[in-house]
Amino acid sequence: MQLTERHKEYWRRNMKMTAILLAIWFVVTYVVGWYARELNELVIFGFPFGFYMGAQGSLIIYVIMIFYYAIRMNKLDKEYDVAEGEG
Amino acid sequence: MATQTQAQFKQSLKKYYSLYAGGFIAFVILLAIAEQMGLPNRWIGYCFLFATVGLYAMIGIMSRTADVAEYYVAGRRVPAFFNGMATGADWMSAASFIGMAGGLYIQGYDGLAFIMGWTGGYVLVALFLAPYLRKFGQFTIPDFLGERYGGHTARSIGVFAAVLCSFTYVVAQIYGVGLITSRFTGLEFGVGVFVGLGGILVCSFLGGMRAVTWTQVAQYIILIIAYLLPVVWLSVQITHFPIPQLSYGYALEKVTEREKVIKVDPKEIEVRNILKAKATDAEAKLKDPAAAYAADKAAAEKKLADLKAANAAPDQVAAAEKSLTAFPKDVDAAKAQWTKEKGLAARAAPPRPHAEAFVGKDDAARNTARLNFLALVFCLMVGTAALPHILMRYYTTPSVEEARQSVGWSLFFIFLLYFTAPSLAVLVKFDVYTHLVGSSFADLPRWVASWAAVDPTLVSIKDLNGDGIVQLAEIVLGQDIIVLATPEIAGLPYVVSGLVAAGGLAAALSTADGLLLTIANALSHDVYYKMIDPHASTKRRLTIAKMLLLVVAAIAATVASQKPADILFLVSAAFSFAAAAFFPALVLGIFWKRASSWGAVLGMAAGLGITFYYMAMTQPWLRGLFGVTSPVADNMWFGINPISAGVFGVPLGFAVIIIVSLLTPAPDKKTQELIEHVRYPHLRGDIDTRAT
Repeated sequence: MQLTERHKEYWRRNMKMTAILLAIWFVVTYVVGWYARELNELVIFGFPFGFYMGAQGSLIIYVIMIFYYAIRMNKLDKEYDVAEGEG
Repeated sequence: MATQTQAQFKQSLKKYYSLYAGGFIAFVILLAIAEQMGLPNRWIGYCFLFATVGLYAMIGIMSRTADVAEYYVAGRRVPAFFNGMATGADWMSAASFIGMAGGLYIQGYDGLAFIMGWTGGYVLVALFLAPYLRKFGQFTIPDFLGERYGGHTARSIGVFAAVLCSFTYVVAQIYGVGLITSRFTGLEFGVGVFVGLGGILVCSFLGGMRAVTWTQVAQYIILIIAYLLPVVWLSVQITHFPIPQLSYGYALEKVTEREKVIKVDPKEIEVRNILKAKATDAEAKLKDPAAAYAADKAAAEKKLADLKAANAAPDQVAAAEKSLTAFPKDVDAAKAQWTKEKGLAARAAPPRPHAEAFVGKDDAARNTARLNFLALVFCLMVGTAALPHILMRYYTTPSVEEARQSVGWSLFFIFLLYFTAPSLAVLVKFDVYTHLVGSSFADLPRWVASWAAVDPTLVSIKDLNGDGIVQLAEIVLGQDIIVLATPEIAGLPYVVSGLVAAGGLAAALSTADGLLLTIANALSHDVYYKMIDPHASTKRRLTIAKMLLLVVAAIAATVASQKPADILFLVSAAFSFAAAAFFPALVLGIFWKRASSWGAVLGMAAGLGITFYYMAMTQPWLRGLFGVTSPVADNMWFGINPISAGVFGVPLGFAVIIIVSLLTPAPDKKTQELIEHVRYPHLRGDIDTRAT
């Protein structure tokens, strides 16, 4: 089957969103992890910031990111008429 | 059930599981009342064991099936929310439930690699795999490799890697089941293993994925209640706030203060010096064990003779006699003892600051620690996104849309436990540092004595400097004790300890079930049906699948009952292997149309190969196995630990796939269409790849 321009645009938008989310994932995990010692100097409510990001902060961001991706993609499916029907 | 719509099905699931959760809470309350009326602890243990395993068995029997799609992918109608719970239980193993908080207690910040790695991997699952695999819609992960890359080679490597990773992992789970069963019922470990095996098989044998899914949901509910209840209670006591994840900062501050006090406390230093002296002494003896053994033995004999000659008090003589009979039988036994004492050096260091990242003696050591931390996070994340028993779960949702949401729910349910574990570690540390340290040996808390009696590796406290006061350096806590003892530290009745055991058991059983099914399905579906006999009847396929399940389970239980020594290393190694074998081939298979069959085959082999090579050169047990004698330091690359070998395997896998693909012809039109097919949830006039 031949893909239309709109199909290709759908895929490009998917790729763009994937890339942005992957970049956020990378920063939250590796950049924040790399500077954990420095970030620990900052203490909020008794929590050294670098420690809290590793223990709770990054996890919260991961959960939000995945739900955000699901909601946006499911909308995109409908917008580009590639959504599945019932069943 | 076939006449039900998906919406009705979801409604009835909600009803049943709400009733189930309510019923379970009522059961715990009843047991609590029974405890107050004098039901002995051992009976509470039995009640939890038999009631929960009985429940799982009931669900397992009710979900029996003779339909292939039901058996392999639960009929593809598991709603996102419930698939999330099932994935949570599938994912969280005995180690997550019982060991994780203890690991954080011991390692502080550096232990967080597991917390981040085992959650952040789901971002990769969501972005790169789950929706596309769901659209592809067959039964196993090797299925995708076989279809996308053609031929049996890619599929075979997939089967090999799936069995390799899942088997080491399932052995660890069955081991965990045996341990929990024996601790809480007093049964022998070997018996515990086989009781647990029964519990695993009743869930999966009759109903395959369908039965495993619905028992996993039930197991998730029990394990999460069991984990959160004691922590919330402890949090209320220590921080006066029921959300420990937000309020343990107070406890962390206190712990940090206490660390500084303990570091310079003269009594603590005294104990640390005793430990250090013992370690140095043992090290010296190990240099010439035979001579040291003879000298020590002669000294002990002489002491006894001297005491007798001097007509010393009888208790002194008895003590000297006792130390002589306890003396190691031969040089080898003495060597083992000294090696252990040499290890005391680790305890002779002041406590490491809990929140400090990448502890090391100088900048170079700290940089290596940081590199290893991030490498481990990477391997655990990519490994998470490549473990077949997890990816398989996304085949079971009704649609691509629900597969996407389902990853979110999966991580949410996993997150509930994982973001609690770091707070639990700190709360228990707070209790130990402020209450246990400095208390008198005459009135140690009850949990210390009771758990030391169950298993001395869990907790042991000895008055080394004889001052009658507990010093931190005198306390040895095993990793598992943190979760096991929390109910008692929080002052909760024994019934909560039983609940925690039931939770740990649920975690181990659910993971074991998912893994066993993965192995058996790879063998029955990919090897038997796809490669040996593609014309087999449905009945025959299911019979073979069930037979293999039994065989694999029996082998795994036999291995587990031998108590293999390096089980923890093997489990962590499974992540590196899965990451290197599957991740590059799966992701490029979806995102790069040019990826060719040869590229994938060689890329998977190269990734697995280098991961294995690096481990064999640097990991003590494997080095022994392969007779590697060159110094470890010479074989290390960038100081990376063997557990993170996947950090080399994954990039190499990607590189080889890309290079070889560019050198070989592009995949044919059929494969190109398959890729377009998986990229779009729905295309008009599209091909259909769903297996039946």
